[in-house]
Amino acid sequence: MKAAVLVFPGINRERDMARTLRLTSGHEPAMVWHAEHELPAGTDLVVVPGGFSYGDYLRCGAIAARSPVMDAVRKFAAKGGLVLGVCNGFQILCESGLLPGVLMRNENLRFICRDVFLKVERSDTPFTRGYNAGQVIRVPVAHGEGNYIADGETIARLEGEGRVIFRYSSPDGMIDPDWNHNGAINAIAGIVNDRGNVLGMMPHPENHVEAEIGSTDGRGLFAGLAEALKRAA
Amino acid sequence: MLANNVKITPELVAEHGLKPDEYQRILDLIGREPTLTELGIFSAMWNEHCSYKSSKVHLRGLPTKAPWVIQGPGENAGVIDIGDGLACVFKMESHNHPSYIEPYQGAATGVGGILRDVFTMGARPIACLNALSFGAPDHPKTRHLVSGVVAGIGGYGNSFGVPTVAGSVRFHKRYDGNILVNAMAVGLAEKDKIFYAAASGVGMPIVYLGSKTGRDGIHGASMASAEFDDNSEEKRPTVQVGDPFSEKLLLEACLEIMAKDCVIAIQDMGAAGLTSSATEMGAKGNLGVTLDLDKVPCREEGMTAYEMMLSESQERMLMVLKPDKEKEAEAIFRKWGLDFAVVGETTPSMRFIVKHHGEVMADLPIKQLGDSAPEYKRPFVSLEKPAPVDAGVIEPPGSIADALERLIATPDLCSKRWVWEQYDHIIGGNTVQRPGGDAAVVRVLDGPKGLAMTTDVTPRYCEANPFEGGKQAVAECWRNLTAVGATPLAITDNLNFGNPERPEIMGQFVGCVRGIAEACKALDFPVVSGNVSLYNETNGKAILPTPSIGGVGVLADFKKSASIAFKKKGEAILVVGETTGWLGQSIYLREICAREEGAPPPVDLTEEKENGDFVRALILDGAVSAVHDVSDGGLLVAVAEMAMASGIGARLDAAPDDVPEHAYWFGEDQARYVVTVPAGEADALTARARDANVPVWRIGETAGATIAISGQRAIEVGELTERTERWLPSYMAGEG
Repeated sequence: MKAAVLVFPGINRERDMARTLRLTSGHEPAMVWHAEHELPAGTDLVVVPGGFSYGDYLRCGAIAARSPVMDAVRKFAAKGGLVLGVCNGFQILCESGLLPGVLMRNENLRFICRDVFLKVERSDTPFTRGYNAGQVIRVPVAHGEGNYIADGETIARLEGEGRVIFRYSSPDGMIDPDWNHNGAINAIAGIVNDRGNVLGMMPHPENHVEAEIGSTDGRGLFAGLAEALKRAA
Repeated sequence: MLANNVKITPELVAEHGLKPDEYQRILDLIGREPTLTELGIFSAMWNEHCSYKSSKVHLRGLPTKAPWVIQGPGENAGVIDIGDGLACVFKMESHNHPSYIEPYQGAATGVGGILRDVFTMGARPIACLNALSFGAPDHPKTRHLVSGVVAGIGGYGNSFGVPTVAGSVRFHKRYDGNILVNAMAVGLAEKDKIFYAAASGVGMPIVYLGSKTGRDGIHGASMASAEFDDNSEEKRPTVQVGDPFSEKLLLEACLEIMAKDCVIAIQDMGAAGLTSSATEMGAKGNLGVTLDLDKVPCREEGMTAYEMMLSESQERMLMVLKPDKEKEAEAIFRKWGLDFAVVGETTPSMRFIVKHHGEVMADLPIKQLGDSAPEYKRPFVSLEKPAPVDAGVIEPPGSIADALERLIATPDLCSKRWVWEQYDHIIGGNTVQRPGGDAAVVRVLDGPKGLAMTTDVTPRYCEANPFEGGKQAVAECWRNLTAVGATPLAITDNLNFGNPERPEIMGQFVGCVRGIAEACKALDFPVVSGNVSLYNETNGKAILPTPSIGGVGVLADFKKSASIAFKKKGEAILVVGETTGWLGQSIYLREICAREEGAPPPVDLTEEKENGDFVRALILDGAVSAVHDVSDGGLLVAVAEMAMASGIGARLDAAPDDVPEHAYWFGEDQARYVVTVPAGEADALTARARDANVPVWRIGETAGATIAISGQRAIEVGELTERTERWLPSYMAGEG
């Protein structure tokens, strides 16, 4: 794995992400400053981490989406390169046009930090090959604006094409409003683009990769990615 | 705006919060009438908040030294050695008045200020904590204040990117017009790379960094040094506005230039802004400072010298850089998009000179600005201490089960999940123990070391008996750190009191400080930083005396830390420490009997230390499976919290005959812990306790899904959880 973690001013989970990539793949990722025009040569995974890029002023992710480095990321994605966006990273991917839809304020209008349960809808993507389809994992969320929405047609297409990868669920995998903490439509927690190489998700799998610090439920995503990249290489 | 050469009238002096005798002191010191800018500078430096003029004489009695203390009070934050070349930097500070006037920004900038204090010293912040006191839930402003303060703390800390891992929230009518927002930050640095405020070298450039200066927060520190009245909300313009994004950039830029060895001295601009930071750097380094205000980056046009010197705009720093590294430092700041300007230099003159548009606006002796601040030995009286309450005459509840159900749903004892879920408490990937336990545990770097941290105080005890209350605040903090297995190292104290010009308030202050000193000495738990907040009164009504104590302890291996949740059914439950059934000042007495009276539980510091050391050894030996300290609400509330944290119930023996039942279950005797062990090991633990001369009683076992006291109605743990979780969200939703 030769991962590049993007660093925008105000991003604050880049260190968490870098540690997780190191722990799960054995390789240190490159930290790439937003003003760069190129990704490091040989990059096979771009990670847009969480945080408050540009203070989330204007609109979450809106300013970061227009950074020089995002042009490089768009090119990388267009060639089929794997891109993972988490939390603010998801918002940035939506704002930059790599993923459809937007993230609105949480239904209760408050920031929420807690462990949630995610139903993994598919295991046949490079991001989820470490899980079984239908498996439920416990990972934390920490966001004020994670309430996913898109127009009806887009949602229908996402659902029809099986592009909803993670959904908020009960511990036993039931989709239920009581377990959808931010009110996202269809309990959507993570989606991929039409080609399946760009994933955006609100929860933080990178914060659940060690048994003593929460749980290891997030590990499957990174271990699966490492495995997918190894096979592709 | 006023010109600089206005006539200084007694009214103008009074508007600056200076008493006539204090003004006379200024005249004597400089031998002439001050300019308006100078008057502003004195008012900023000599107010209570910055000068500690009423408290200093008493604070000297606090123990501040230990072999592991690297830096005690007097710097931006305290520094302790935590081994392996690492230092922990921490401090707690109040932002009470601003938070009452504008709760979101007041609380947010409180967090911003304390974070800056920590990273100014070269430490990366790894955790935030807080201690919040609100008015009665039925007071019309309380809901609005809780909502704003919690959102503000979260809004700043979440964006800055530091986990808020622990805290305390209480409600009492005595905070109706004057809430308390005490924020604490904890950072990590290399032990030999701590940065200080003292400038060195003559002719060194003084550099201004961070955000631009605006007109916000002018006279903030003076506001924090006066009482409130009905018109206080007109002071809203004195509340600063926070920008966590800028602060995050400032953090990264500062740590980067520190790592590149560019910095000689650094001081953040907090209370009293440019005035306080510049004079402090000079005075500590025995140097004069000349500032040229034409160079200060301003957000607004036409700002006067007076306004620039008193602005409390946030996210700003002052530094003395190594001259040969100035370009390198500037490039780093530009990269982060921050302002960088050389605004002055150090001089050999020992004068603080402020120039604007080529004119000298202030020329003052730099040392005396701080050192000659008034210092008062204010008169104090100790009020008569209430007598102990005889538990035998306190009415018993309908049933113990009914009382428990009510107590765990009271504002002070209910779950605070609604609050801490609005704080990102996991960012950093090092939060081992999240909010809701006795103390938070945060892994240090990649481990195995861990830091434990907590904030504590029981204001109703302090009110009834300031000395015992002061002792208890420290002891409870020490106990909470112990209960997770940490070795307590040091504290920061945030002393919130009313008007010190009233002898009975000063009496509370003196009593609490003496109690704190006594406990710190006995427990080897020095004070390394702190903050005093006086004049917490509205219309002559003072808050409960509230000396918040923030403590830090260390664990050699974070994996050995203990938590409160029961682990398994069929384990023995034991209580460490003596239970006499002390109901005076208890939550039971207040909530069930509507009586706030009696002497608070006494703290026997020898017992506290023996019991705590015993429990800590058990944890580190892996001999106990769950540990919880016994505090507000007493023994049964502690057991219930352990049950609710796990979903596992408890079968408990009936109270012993020699203590009234309700006093046994709800009394608040100190120095106690509840622990669990596998049933087969209970006798060995009891024997070990006997050898250590520590009282231990087996009180029952973990079992089923109910709390079942012999002879009493059993209560479903799930139902208790539902009750304790329901109160705060339902109150905040306006249903309560």
